[in-house]
Amino acid sequence: MTRATASRQIGDTLLKVDGVSLGFGGVKALTDVSFDVRKGEIRAIIGPNGAGKSSMLNCINGFYHPSHGSISYKGIVRGAMRPHEAAKNGIARTFQNIALFKGMSTLDNIMTGRLLKMKRGFFWQCLHWGPARAEEIEHREVVERVIDFLEIQAIRKTPVGRLPYGLQKRVELGRALAAEPELLLLDEPMAGMNLEEKEDMCRFILDVNEQFGTTIALIEHDMGVVMDISDRVVVLEYGRKIADGTPDAVKSDPKVIEAYLGTGHA
Amino acid sequence: MDLVLDFLFGPLKEIWEFPTFFVEVVVGGVLSGVMYSLVALGFVLIFKASGVFNFAQGAMVLCAALTFVGFMDLGAPVWLALIGALATMIALAMAIERVVLRPLVNQAPIILFMATIGISYFIDGFFQAVWGEDVKRLDIGIPKDPIEIAGVLINTFDIVAAVVAGALVATLAFFFQSTRIGRALRAVADDHQAAQSVGIPLQTIWVIVWSVAGIVALVAGIMWGSKLGVQFSLAFVALKALPVLILGGFTSIPGAIIGGLIIGVGEKVAEVFWAGRIGGGIEDWFAYILALFFLMFRPQGLFGERIIERV
Repeated sequence: MTRATASRQIGDTLLKVDGVSLGFGGVKALTDVSFDVRKGEIRAIIGPNGAGKSSMLNCINGFYHPSHGSISYKGIVRGAMRPHEAAKNGIARTFQNIALFKGMSTLDNIMTGRLLKMKRGFFWQCLHWGPARAEEIEHREVVERVIDFLEIQAIRKTPVGRLPYGLQKRVELGRALAAEPELLLLDEPMAGMNLEEKEDMCRFILDVNEQFGTTIALIEHDMGVVMDISDRVVVLEYGRKIADGTPDAVKSDPKVIEAYLGTGHA
Repeated sequence: MDLVLDFLFGPLKEIWEFPTFFVEVVVGGVLSGVMYSLVALGFVLIFKASGVFNFAQGAMVLCAALTFVGFMDLGAPVWLALIGALATMIALAMAIERVVLRPLVNQAPIILFMATIGISYFIDGFFQAVWGEDVKRLDIGIPKDPIEIAGVLINTFDIVAAVVAGALVATLAFFFQSTRIGRALRAVADDHQAAQSVGIPLQTIWVIVWSVAGIVALVAGIMWGSKLGVQFSLAFVALKALPVLILGGFTSIPGAIIGGLIIGVGEKVAEVFWAGRIGGGIEDWFAYILALFFLMFRPQGLFGERIIERV
């Protein structure tokens, strides 16, 4: 089922997670987890509720700092990176329970994704004139392309707080895309969607990966979806890695089946 | 019945008969309204950038004025005292960010609000301990003589205050409207986590905003201090800013100005023309009643962002 299309180039390791552990007080969220993400691939992290998937993503993105182990990105082992530094280095993300700027329009929300790309100094920005003006227009073009790509032209001026859930998720993806990230982290991009919305989202994820060559690491509950779109899958359970490999290999792994279906007590 | 009619229409008749006097009252109201707006601005800035109602804004006004007067009493010239007070406000902003805000990132607004109550008491106490708690006179040489413009008497001091407030607002509007910084501020106010994920350095933004709020507090402190003297009660001037905010909307800089003007003019006109008929003192509660009405009919204020809640 994997999509080994010739046009896609899977390159070297982009992100390497090495022996990462994370605890909150007495609770161990992650224990000695290691895996890597290669350039250009779609990498899924799956597991039952509370397996530590979101914690893993938060570590990569800098919201949490692991208590043990290291994370290296583009070959550089980084210390305690802050979220905005991660963003500066080309890591964009979406959230499990949508984190959009609810009062702003779709357009403005996606525009915030461009913040880091704006170079003009504070002074020009304040005047909103001259070079800054030209720059603003340039960024608007990128944003418009993202809007076209995600097919959300109709809601560009709508405050996102008013949009239905599925569209909000799409806007959030748009904001992440506007940053033109190298690594895109998606936290349950299809949670709470109906079948049609899920199919749309799948299509967008595959297109992003194919057209822009963006590396994607995603968390998902829906096993079927994950198996269809990802190149390799990591399975977590109770904060530990229990399997890692191609969807087919993972699917037939007895440990994974046990984690998802439970042992045959009955 | 006559009493009611007189209460409703008597003042209107007076206004009709003495138009110059009415204009004088309105102008006086506008100018005192500007002073309310000055304080309200500080609230708006912090609310816009962190979604937190900063209870300590009044304390910051007091602290800025105390520091300014303190330096002047030590013999510093006005410009040096100004720089000293500015530096103090910026240092205060940095300290608040480091000690209070940073450990509370991603907490609910109510928790940050309670933290600002703590900050408020700390600032009140600390700066009075440093500079003393007696009433100080503040005179930076703004003339206070009334002058006559087109038959209307106006206090020079009030005009200076209005010009200063106008300049301040123009500058702030420049900084915060529809620019990259403006958008970043709104983003931070909406969602801390999301703002961080698109690469907005939360800490830097907070320091900037609290510093600017500190500078606004300094201007308000100097103006109010010159009017009332620098003393503890300056911190309560902030209470008058509350109805201004409810009228204008917590998120709008122009709203703070218009709200201040409406309240300034409204309470002066009510006091002068209506108070005599019901025994006076309207000025003390007029603003709050007006705010109450606004809360019932337009809770987001005149210019505030619509409150959107999906069920």
